Amino acid sequence: MGSKLALDKEQKAKLIRICASLAAFAVLFAVDKAVGLSVPAWGANGWLLPLGLYLAVYLAIGYDVLWRAVRNIARGQVFDENFLMCVATLGAFALAIYRGVTGQSIEGFDEACAVLLFYQVGEFFQDYATERSRRSIAGLMDIRPDYANVLRNGAEKRVAPEEVAVGEIIVVNAGEKVPLDGVVTLGETALDTKALTGESLPREVREGGEVLSGAVNLSSRIEVRVEKEFYDSTVSKILDLVENAAGQKSRTENFITRFARYYTPTVVITALLLAIIPGAVTGEWSEWVYRALNFLVVSCPCALVISVPLGFFAGIGAASSCGVLVKGSNFLEKMNKADIFVFDKTGTLTKGNFAVTEIAPAERREEILRLAAIAEHGSAHPIARSVLALTGESGGEGYVQTVVPGEGVVASKGEDVILAGNAELMRGKGVDFLPSSAPGTVVYVAHNGEFVGLIVVNDEIKPESAQVVSELNELGCRTVMLTGDGAATAKSVADAVGVTDYAASLLPQEKVAAVEKLLAAKQPSEALCFVGDGINDAPVLMRSDIGIAMGGVGSDAAIEASDIVLMHDDLAGLPLVKRIAKKTMTVACENIIFSLVVKVAILILSALGVTGMWAAVFGDVGVAVIAVLNAMRINTKRARASYRGVRRAPAPSPAD
Amino acid sequence: MKKVFRLRGLDCAVCAAKMERAAGKIDGVNSVSIAYITGRMTLDADAERFDEVLAAVEKACSRIEPDLRIVR
Repeated sequence: MGSKLALDKEQKAKLIRICASLAAFAVLFAVDKAVGLSVPAWGANGWLLPLGLYLAVYLAIGYDVLWRAVRNIARGQVFDENFLMCVATLGAFALAIYRGVTGQSIEGFDEACAVLLFYQVGEFFQDYATERSRRSIAGLMDIRPDYANVLRNGAEKRVAPEEVAVGEIIVVNAGEKVPLDGVVTLGETALDTKALTGESLPREVREGGEVLSGAVNLSSRIEVRVEKEFYDSTVSKILDLVENAAGQKSRTENFITRFARYYTPTVVITALLLAIIPGAVTGEWSEWVYRALNFLVVSCPCALVISVPLGFFAGIGAASSCGVLVKGSNFLEKMNKADIFVFDKTGTLTKGNFAVTEIAPAERREEILRLAAIAEHGSAHPIARSVLALTGESGGEGYVQTVVPGEGVVASKGEDVILAGNAELMRGKGVDFLPSSAPGTVVYVAHNGEFVGLIVVNDEIKPESAQVVSELNELGCRTVMLTGDGAATAKSVADAVGVTDYAASLLPQEKVAAVEKLLAAKQPSEALCFVGDGINDAPVLMRSDIGIAMGGVGSDAAIEASDIVLMHDDLAGLPLVKRIAKKTMTVACENIIFSLVVKVAILILSALGVTGMWAAVFGDVGVAVIAVLNAMRINTKRARASYRGVRRAPAPSPAD
Repeated sequence: MKKVFRLRGLDCAVCAAKMERAAGKIDGVNSVSIAYITGRMTLDADAERFDEVLAAVEKACSRIEPDLRIVR
């Protein structure tokens, strides 16, 4: 990110115009204040020279604003900011001319000119800030591949990633970005997936391994068979998602938009009344018109309308560069309020890689495994896989398997019936068995109505789970674990991880019901997050206030059903995104309060005649600049390090 | 049907809000969101006459910001 944002031609021209006008204004202003610009020899017409000089600078800096004002007013856009700015400044010129003509002291030209000059400075700055953050997403993530080296007719050809079809072989050299999702067909290498997942350790891949677009090839040349077209690949999905995130607006943003709708007309109408009523009463027309013109200068709600969405966008940008995709500002806003975290156990709090830990009774080990292998053969269920990992896919020919959802499997061949499943299944089939209280999932095996033995399968708890749950608990959140496993397993995991509450033995549809119950019980001001691995829990992800899917990169279902995607399997993204949400909301509130207080104060002081147009310019441009700078604070390098927390603080590198 | 468009020439945040409101009133528009920061418009409109609605949206927007173009 070393390169500075290059200004385009138009912006450069504008910057030069602003600088030149500022310089001209500074010289003019200095001479004016030091010796005065009026020519004594011209006598009563001495005001003509300052008028001419200031007006020249005014036109040089503001001709485009004037042109837009004319164009917009022709369309009936009365409350257009260009138009109001022009009325304010031209009005100020008119008042100054009136002073000159009536022989009063020569003043006011400098203010009129300065207002438009600073208005342009502010506009330029806002454009620059917006442009910068528009580019920051692509830049920060820096994952959009520019080309693909495709192998066609034995020759390498460099083409746009969009032109590569599924099934073609592409070459990725060391230092290049993987342009499309695929499978390695030749070579092995280390990939940097930091931009995709926030994971800083390189990932080793070899033949047959899956590679995701957006990863950077670190060490050596690989050939990859393309599995997905570009628009379908991870990189374009992520870019689309982040770029479209601003479309889902937060309530704060909508409030600002609604507020802006009434703010400008209210201020303008008040200005009109301020000019007419006291003017008519006191007869001091020029004084009251001047005060009214100050109102017009402060009438644009730009500071708010730009800084608040900019802040949310910065928050989303900060999250995405830490490996957390937030699908809309509204979710960032909700995340700040989120205080009930519901976790799916398997694959979320635990690794989901089950392994057989116990077989009892030990003397019937062979028989138990042989029967279990028959019952479970061909199954994709994680528990079954772990049993089959031990036994291999042997036996089972001629057996008809019937899955009893949430209970287990019944395999039968004629009179021969094998049962493998939980206690429910045994009870349901009337098998007399010895219940086990071993932590983990217990698979009871019965043969022709007789209990043979049991297999205990256990799942490893993720190393960060306890830390993350305790962090969330410390933040005052409730943490709830839902699982389909039995009470013993659930309790052992719940105790190890430290969740405040758990529910065990839930069937998939009961998980939805459990979440519904929690949703019904919560206060309206609270928000419920469901964290799952995105497999099988789409209904719950959709139903909860914020659905968070883990390890979602590459899993379309998870990306679609969830509101926040943790791009790699690290739960630490949860407290991280909560911290980002908190910071974003704090900054948004600061900006709203600061802008409103300053604007209202300036309106009141202007109405009382205490402050003049200089203060009004600050109220417009100064406030906008400060608010935008404040919003940009959300996504600085230092801020991102602080979201990651002390535990994961990156080592300082001399390159920074 | 929901589609996202890039907007070219969108350089005023207040105008973006005005356009969003104007576009939202057009018959056939289910919902519309214009994000000034990213320069994107998310338009949800009746699928059968999407193009017609889009043209109406563009017309309404260019009344507010004459330089605005919807990139298709």
